[in-house]
Amino acid sequence: MQVPASFQYRKATSVAHALSLLAEYGPEARVVAGGHSLLPMMKLRLAHPEALVDINDLAELAEIRVEGGALVIGALVRHAELLSSAVAGRHFPILHDAERVIADPIVRNRGTVGGSLCQADPSEDLSAVFAALRAELVVRGLDGERVVAARDFFVGPYETVLADGELLVAIRVPIRPSVSAYVKVDRRAGDWAVGAAAAVLELAGGVVAEVGIGLTALGARKFVAAEAEDHLRAGPPSGERFAEAARIAAAHCAPTADQRGPVDYKRHLAGELVARALRGAVGRAA
Amino acid sequence: MTNTPTGFGRMTRKEDARFVRGRGTYVDDVRLPGTLHAAVLRSPLAHARITAIDTRAAEAHPKVRVVITGAVLADRGLAWMPTLSGDVQAVLATDKVRFQGQEVAFVIADDPYSARDALALVDVDYDPLPPVVDARTALDPDAPVIRDDREGRRDNHIFDWEAGDAAATDRVFAGAAVVVAQDVLYPRVHPAPLETCAVIADHDVVTGKLTVWATTQAPHAHRTLLATITGIPEHRIRVVSPDVGGGFGNKVPIYPAYVCAVAGSMLTGRPVKWTEDRSENLMATTFARDYHMHGEIASTVDGKILALRVRVLADHGAFNGTAQPSKYPAGFFHIVTGSYDLEAAHCSVTGVYTNKAPGGVAYACSFRVAEASFLVERLVDLLALELDVDPAELRMRNLLRPEQFPYTCSTGWEYDSGDYPRALALLLETAGYRELRAEQARRRELGEHLGIGLSFFTEAVGAGPRKHMDIVGLGMADGAELRVHPTGKAVLRISVQSQGQGHETTFAQIVAHELGIGPDDVDVVHGDTDATPFGLGTYGSRSTPVSGAAASMAARKVRERARIVASAMLEVSPDDLEWSPGRWSVRGDPTAGKSITEIAAAAHSDLDLPDGVEGQLDASCVYNPPNLTFPFGAYLCVVEVDPGTGQVVVRRFVAVDDCGVRINPSIVEGQVHGGLADGIGVALMELIAFDPDGNHLGGSFMDYLLPTAVDCPSWELAETVTPSPHHPLGAKGIGECATVGSPAAVVNAVMDALRPFGVRHADMPLTPAAVWRAIQGRPLRGDLAID
Repeated sequence: MQVPASFQYRKATSVAHALSLLAEYGPEARVVAGGHSLLPMMKLRLAHPEALVDINDLAELAEIRVEGGALVIGALVRHAELLSSAVAGRHFPILHDAERVIADPIVRNRGTVGGSLCQADPSEDLSAVFAALRAELVVRGLDGERVVAARDFFVGPYETVLADGELLVAIRVPIRPSVSAYVKVDRRAGDWAVGAAAAVLELAGGVVAEVGIGLTALGARKFVAAEAEDHLRAGPPSGERFAEAARIAAAHCAPTADQRGPVDYKRHLAGELVARALRGAVGRAA
Repeated sequence: MTNTPTGFGRMTRKEDARFVRGRGTYVDDVRLPGTLHAAVLRSPLAHARITAIDTRAAEAHPKVRVVITGAVLADRGLAWMPTLSGDVQAVLATDKVRFQGQEVAFVIADDPYSARDALALVDVDYDPLPPVVDARTALDPDAPVIRDDREGRRDNHIFDWEAGDAAATDRVFAGAAVVVAQDVLYPRVHPAPLETCAVIADHDVVTGKLTVWATTQAPHAHRTLLATITGIPEHRIRVVSPDVGGGFGNKVPIYPAYVCAVAGSMLTGRPVKWTEDRSENLMATTFARDYHMHGEIASTVDGKILALRVRVLADHGAFNGTAQPSKYPAGFFHIVTGSYDLEAAHCSVTGVYTNKAPGGVAYACSFRVAEASFLVERLVDLLALELDVDPAELRMRNLLRPEQFPYTCSTGWEYDSGDYPRALALLLETAGYRELRAEQARRRELGEHLGIGLSFFTEAVGAGPRKHMDIVGLGMADGAELRVHPTGKAVLRISVQSQGQGHETTFAQIVAHELGIGPDDVDVVHGDTDATPFGLGTYGSRSTPVSGAAASMAARKVRERARIVASAMLEVSPDDLEWSPGRWSVRGDPTAGKSITEIAAAAHSDLDLPDGVEGQLDASCVYNPPNLTFPFGAYLCVVEVDPGTGQVVVRRFVAVDDCGVRINPSIVEGQVHGGLADGIGVALMELIAFDPDGNHLGGSFMDYLLPTAVDCPSWELAETVTPSPHHPLGAKGIGECATVGSPAAVVNAVMDALRPFGVRHADMPLTPAAVWRAIQGRPLRGDLAID
């Protein structure tokens, strides 16, 4: 039987309580929400937390709302809730594009948006999406709250800037007129991405005023194709420029070979998917 | 659907009521008082010498009862056990480990958590050895010798086997106008049953009786094997296989942990339970396929197929543990001639050891018909490409004709019955083949890549005649015992074991059909060796062909006994009675008759029976099939391929199956649905690959991909019915047909879509990366780690 090693379990009743429990158990404590990454890792004995702090009862983290010109997604919002959120889809169709292809309905019913980001799996879809959206991540610790840009949140694979004892509480996406799309290639429904691309374009007067391009599972630094963004900014959203941006994105990412594919294929995919995501986003402007 | 057919027909499955309510009982659900729990320590390396094992820390764990190592077993002569193919396999490694995941120690504790925790306390020193990972290098002169446990062994060769006439085949090839050749890998895949393997061994120190609860497809064979391995007399062993959550061949062999559980129960005097985890199941239990094939097909310029020549390198892993009839080390692979009328054919198979898990027949492959069928159907498509002929037309031109049956193929099989052109014609009509080709042409103009793939297969199922077929010396016949109670209700006891096939329904329908009573009046008992007659179990689609025939013959004996009882009741001669479903009546006077229920009551009563006639109606039968049954089918798959990403979407799948008489069409269709999903999985995503160090790269369902409903189209099924002439019901097996026939249709469809790119062939699985690389002209070698 696949069974985890023994661990302490505490159920938090408020964010303050969760923070105090994290402080009490120290660096070997882990937050559990949906548990769809952490629990399998524990059963496979790849993770051995000494304590789990369960935040599933923290209703204050489970809301999606518009506040102060931003879409605010609580860290405990389930994937299925984001997928069915009309307000999220209206402002940022990319969120629904991505949620539709994250795992399967059973995982989406339980897995959380915040958990996905904190896991920082290189193949996780929302990291690239929120990086492309230039979202802000609200982090709370015993000392108070700080806001981290999504692009600065990820340090490396499975590693974020969250300090011991800190909790991601919300994701804030500033609402500005934009078009967006997310395109993913997987080997099977529900599989992790072989590769995926996120595109967010703010168009003004026939020009790309701002652009975000995210890449999933393709070895892009901080999940972003920054050089491709630079190429597009302040120019017209033309097919030729998209093609060049795609070429730049492919050239600058550093995918690794695994059973999902060799490097040449993944690099090709980076270009192909960036082009498709950009075209898909602009197609939504009509 | 209603539950009221008096025999054959659609009815809901009797077993489903408990499954959909969560009331099934699997081995892990069985709770015996005082049970201890075990975990297996497995080798992290593919090939290494064991220099020391220190179990002291594990034994000091407060909840650990016993730690069993190879040395402990060796003291009792249990360190090695026979395989199903005349080889031996380590129960727990003593000298070397030979594949990653091999069993090294067995820890028994008070609870499963402690057993698992204590694995980390067993300290094993390994001296790594170079592994043999690529079967194509296994016979190199400098290849490391894996099986140095076997005296005098200096290489990794297991067997050479051939069928057909090599000289005649060479002659036809030499004179043929067209020859097409292709290397085709059927990669290593896994049965992946949802219920992993599990066992509870309960040795009673007082009576000496051993009860083994195991998830097995062959309880009787397991009892005999356990007696052979452990030395416990066979009559003191009872094997109980409760509900089984899928088998696909994975649950045919005895696994090392089963033997360890028996040893553990004898050592502790307590029941010992072991439930395998998913990674263990994928890494260490019997795999399927792994055939490296080279095929050649010869034809005339106008597409008359003349001959087939095939060489195979078979990767059997570290121990030769394939489960197949002992005279056939390559299973039934020599049905590679498929459904075509050939002048000559020859195939040769070489088996080799590698540092991979042993096994190698499982997964609904019908003893290697899957590999054979895939190869010939790829070759026919390649020939169509070479000749620029429509692949449907080429098949129609070469299929066996109905008047040729019974047909003896050039490698020796006698096909019992078939009407192949009818099945193919029905397929083309059902699918709208002409319209599909027109759509394909239109869409190619638009730069869209629709692919249409065909396959035609002939299966060989229902092993088999005892004269030719046995497994470890046990002839492949099966028994059935039918009791009819005084109230006319019946209990059928069978030797085969359902893993989800619906035996409790199908076999009740067989008895109902023969006796003219309702299927709900027949209870089917299986899975307990103390309660059922001997037989070889369920695999190779053999339940209906063999055990179904046994049930039918037993019921006919009951019917004949009922005739004698009825004649006594009616005071007429048995010869003056005629049968109508459920009733014997006086010829010419249907009102003068007795129902089976009335006859059953009388048979148990004080009725005076003729001299020499025993009371009651019970009967039994052991059925030794005169031949295999040969179901067949024609499949068509439609895919769309995105050349920019390599993604394949299966749009349609049309399947025409002919399995002879259908006892329960719903169950038949369920078997076909499952097999088609299997085929899509194997063709597009399933794979066990290994890295250069022999590390297994498919050890979880995140890495070993099974198809989901989203990956499958809504199946379109049709049927023809060509009864088997030798089966009492005219039925043939169906379980593995779709798994055998469907991968070629999917792959042929993808290759058809890629025709504009000049792609001839790519090996399975056709993942997006594999498809894209095929288009680039640099195909991936899928069975090894991608670099």
